[in-house]
Amino acid sequence: MSEEKGLIYRISGPVVTAVGITPRMYEVVRVGDEGLMGEVIELHGDQSVIQVYEETSGIKPGEPVVRTGQTLSVQLGPGLLTQIYDGIQRPLEDLEETMGAFITRGVDADGLDLKKKWEFNATASKGDEVNAGHVIGTVQETETIEHRVMVPPGKSGTIKSIKSGKFDVTQTVCTLDDGTEIAMMQEWPVRTPRPFVRKYAPDVPLITGQRILDFLFPLAKGGTAGIPGPFGSGKTVTQQQLAKWSDAQIVVYIGCGERGNEMTEVLTEFPHLIDPHTGKPLMNRTTMIANTSNMPVAAREASVYTGITIAEYFRDMGYDVALMADSTSRWAEAMREISSRLEEMPGEEGYPAYLSSRLAEFYERAGRVQTLAGDDGSVSVIGAVSPPGGDISEPVSQGTLRIVKVFWGLDAGLARQRHFPAINWLSSYSLYPQALDQWYRDNIASDFPEIRTEISALLQVEAELQEIVQLVGSDALPIDQQLTLEVARMIREFFLQQNAFHDVDTYSNLKLQYTMARAILAFQDEAKKAIAGGADLESVVNVQARTDIMRGRFEEGYEDRIEKLVKEMGKQISATMEEN
Amino acid sequence: MSGKEYRTITDVKGPLVFLNKTEPVAYGEIVQLRLSDGTMKNGQVLDTSDDQVIVQVFEGTSSVDRQTGVKFLGDVFRLPVSKDLVGRILDGAGRPRDGGPAIVPDEMADIIGAAINPYSRESPESFIQTGISAIDACTSLVRGQKLPIFSAAGLPHNDIALQIARQAKLVGSDDDFVVVFCAMGITAEEYNFFVHDLERTGALENSALFVNLADDPAVERLITPRLALTAAEYLAFEHDYHVLVIYTDMTNYCESLRQIGAAREEVPGRRGYPGYMYTDLAMLYERAGLVKGKKGSITQFPILTMPGDDITHPIPDLSGYITEGQIVISRELHQKGIYPPINVLPSLSRLMNAGIGDGKTREDHKSVSDQLYAAYAQGKELRGLVAIVGEDALNERDLQLLKFADIFENEFLRQSRDEDRSIGEGTLDLAWNLLTNIDTKYLVRLDQKWIDKYHPTEKKE
Ligand SMILES: Nc1ncnc2c1ncn2[C@@H]1O[C@H](COP(=O)(O)OP(=O)(O)O)[C@@H](O)[C@H]1O
Ligand SMILES: [Mg+2]
Repeated sequence: MSEEKGLIYRISGPVVTAVGITPRMYEVVRVGDEGLMGEVIELHGDQSVIQVYEETSGIKPGEPVVRTGQTLSVQLGPGLLTQIYDGIQRPLEDLEETMGAFITRGVDADGLDLKKKWEFNATASKGDEVNAGHVIGTVQETETIEHRVMVPPGKSGTIKSIKSGKFDVTQTVCTLDDGTEIAMMQEWPVRTPRPFVRKYAPDVPLITGQRILDFLFPLAKGGTAGIPGPFGSGKTVTQQQLAKWSDAQIVVYIGCGERGNEMTEVLTEFPHLIDPHTGKPLMNRTTMIANTSNMPVAAREASVYTGITIAEYFRDMGYDVALMADSTSRWAEAMREISSRLEEMPGEEGYPAYLSSRLAEFYERAGRVQTLAGDDGSVSVIGAVSPPGGDISEPVSQGTLRIVKVFWGLDAGLARQRHFPAINWLSSYSLYPQALDQWYRDNIASDFPEIRTEISALLQVEAELQEIVQLVGSDALPIDQQLTLEVARMIREFFLQQNAFHDVDTYSNLKLQYTMARAILAFQDEAKKAIAGGADLESVVNVQARTDIMRGRFEEGYEDRIEKLVKEMGKQISATMEEN
Repeated sequence: MSGKEYRTITDVKGPLVFLNKTEPVAYGEIVQLRLSDGTMKNGQVLDTSDDQVIVQVFEGTSSVDRQTGVKFLGDVFRLPVSKDLVGRILDGAGRPRDGGPAIVPDEMADIIGAAINPYSRESPESFIQTGISAIDACTSLVRGQKLPIFSAAGLPHNDIALQIARQAKLVGSDDDFVVVFCAMGITAEEYNFFVHDLERTGALENSALFVNLADDPAVERLITPRLALTAAEYLAFEHDYHVLVIYTDMTNYCESLRQIGAAREEVPGRRGYPGYMYTDLAMLYERAGLVKGKKGSITQFPILTMPGDDITHPIPDLSGYITEGQIVISRELHQKGIYPPINVLPSLSRLMNAGIGDGKTREDHKSVSDQLYAAYAQGKELRGLVAIVGEDALNERDLQLLKFADIFENEFLRQSRDEDRSIGEGTLDLAWNLLTNIDTKYLVRLDQKWIDKYHPTEKKE
């Protein structure tokens, strides 16, 4: 049956209609004389509608279409990390080898290197009762990541034989009583979520080292976040910062319909960046999917599924995985483009009516779970959204905001002032703080949540005062309110702004974030006292130690100096009282 | 080449011709139409099936009738490429327009072009000095970047593009750029302006021009930039040239795209433009860059005029999402008589960080540029406030910033059309001089070490 053959009836861009075959929905077929890979996305009378993952020009009606019997799947096993794939898990390095620098078509490539031998260490033994998801052995995949070889979903039994040694990913390393052979590689259909036992409510933060994110709008491990923003506002930089610095053990980075150069940048930069948590190159924990804007749209549609399936696979090993998709809007547009070729009834702004359910299904694959093996694993999903004209009333933004628990709203106005990250502190939100507060109290400082509340309250008050300033100017405000404006300015310029391209400023650990926030509040307290004692605001604001605190954050060893500087600031501010 | 000529046109709609009863025709195949009076037209297959073929006709469908003969040429659209393209002027479909001979091809290149494998790209990071302070300091350009000019009707975007083409150079290298110029629906007058300037400076011999003017077929505009980029790729990646592609006006290109979409009765995306316009534009813009192991490069300067000066219009919006930044021309500055009227605030170069700093431009570049932005942005915002409350309500800091905004526009942005400022002494030192108008305690974006080293009155030597 898998050799069933039909003919092309029609070609319209990436969509091809075939007759003479009776495939299943989402079955992979081979299209045309060159055998281009495609996936069945609609059945219509005797016609099968196929989205083709490669360029279709030059293909003619009458050319063959062949069934494969498979659904679109990825190969999972050692060798995923440090790889960069296209949307259908073809390693871009292999494509370069066979095609050169420009991507032509008609070439297959395995997601995993099937010839490479890995050192497999059996951790289960003969006679062990194993179920799906149980770890039977390990492979040191990269310097920092141990790959845990699991019994594939749907299989279980008693181990008849298992052996350590050097194997390639297709060789049998373990045999069960009933004759089931287990290799290091398993395959999984990308459109189906991988199984787990249960979902937990997330209660541990995903620490990113980005002050505004960690401190004001934290994401939990296993949580979901959306970053909408107009072009140039910082979606990609933010995603890359998360890929670099977040304390996930595995990172899956999907460049979905965006620039080629951005992927090249990640590829050239990551091997040289040191993971602050392991001291080893970041590349060791990273898998990339790059289906750039000029690569076939059908493969762009598939890319997010390829990525999330790989993420779930590492989750199943008990890892905390963070997945970034930049940009989910391009994925949605790929859906729209295919849908319009199918002449489906369009919903809002031409997107298919199923847009919001697809978005929901995707984000639903995030979560902190109990794995089949009984461990704890998580997938956190962070999706960039690119609303046309920056207006988030459009369907993709709205569909995303209904699902995600964290909204990091990027603001063109802030980007224009080079206030980066240009995350609007008034409109953004996180629904996680309540669940995470205990963690902060236990691990950072017992008053961490209270300090956060004070800082956000000051920003709120500033926004209200600014409205008045717009009418009368700041000099017309009473002195205590002028001070509040200065404190808020300090929060913005010293704390919220963070330069991703500065070696030191790019990452702040939570303890330091907390200390910096305390420094701001200390300034406020001292300044209040001094002003009550007759000091003038100008002199209080301009004490040298405060400037040193603010500029110092760009310098190595700041963490060790800041407490002392705060004390010094206190002294200098008190001294301003005497001047008067 | 299959020779069969069909006379089976059933429908003609806008630029599209529908015909049936053909033998299998390939998707994307090129087509020749012969009208009853012998006129020839060209087209391309947009949709093909056993029953019906849809052809888009580049020259438009006027005079096409059911008797028109349609021949499928058995191949996709190709451009004859050779080194001899340099110094030539071709029309929007790639035929000589300068009275010269046909190009003797070295190769027939598919104009759609294949995507550069992201794994095979090399990161652009060589600073190009344009001699224009606003660009060099604040939106630095690097070789291999795609940096569009967002302009609007009546603004001097052409002067700026030409000034860049004239002055662009890699500091410390004498590699020259070859210019590939692509006109899409611009007026003859604008075109002449470009050609005269290229002639005047002797650059014409070092240029290849692809020209579709306002009175040339609108649908042809969909292939003109593809021809230009095919030529650029050939020159860059087969012959090691550094190519600067200037194409104008992307807005006309997008209008043609919309026209085809409407004729096909497609579900339109925002404001009537096709839902696939993002992908379509990306297929052009992404043909910029550097490729591992190749010496040449493609740097793109698309020019687009924003309808109604609206940066959220789909054409600038989708472009901005794809390109590596944008240079925004401001009507307000133009009306103040400032040339080049570049509004640096919404302008951006995403590749700037890779191209500047120690060993590339100067160690203080990033710091200075951040400070200029911040000060100018705040000063400009204060103008609005002053209009309401007057200068009296401002504190010392605000007053200085307010004044700085004017100084920045008049002394930093403003320069003449042939003024070529070097990045160090010409641009960054000028910036430092102007920043002395603000107390250093307010210059929070400047690293102390740069103040100590470069501040004209506070440096420690
Ligand atoms: N955290 C940051 N620190 C410094 N610069 C930033 C930061 N975020 C964004 N930028 C600046 O903004 C530009 C655009 O950011 P990018 O992430 O590419 O935008 P988007 O993906 O939203 O189009 C970057 O090239 C960089 O110059
Ligand atoms: Mg981006």
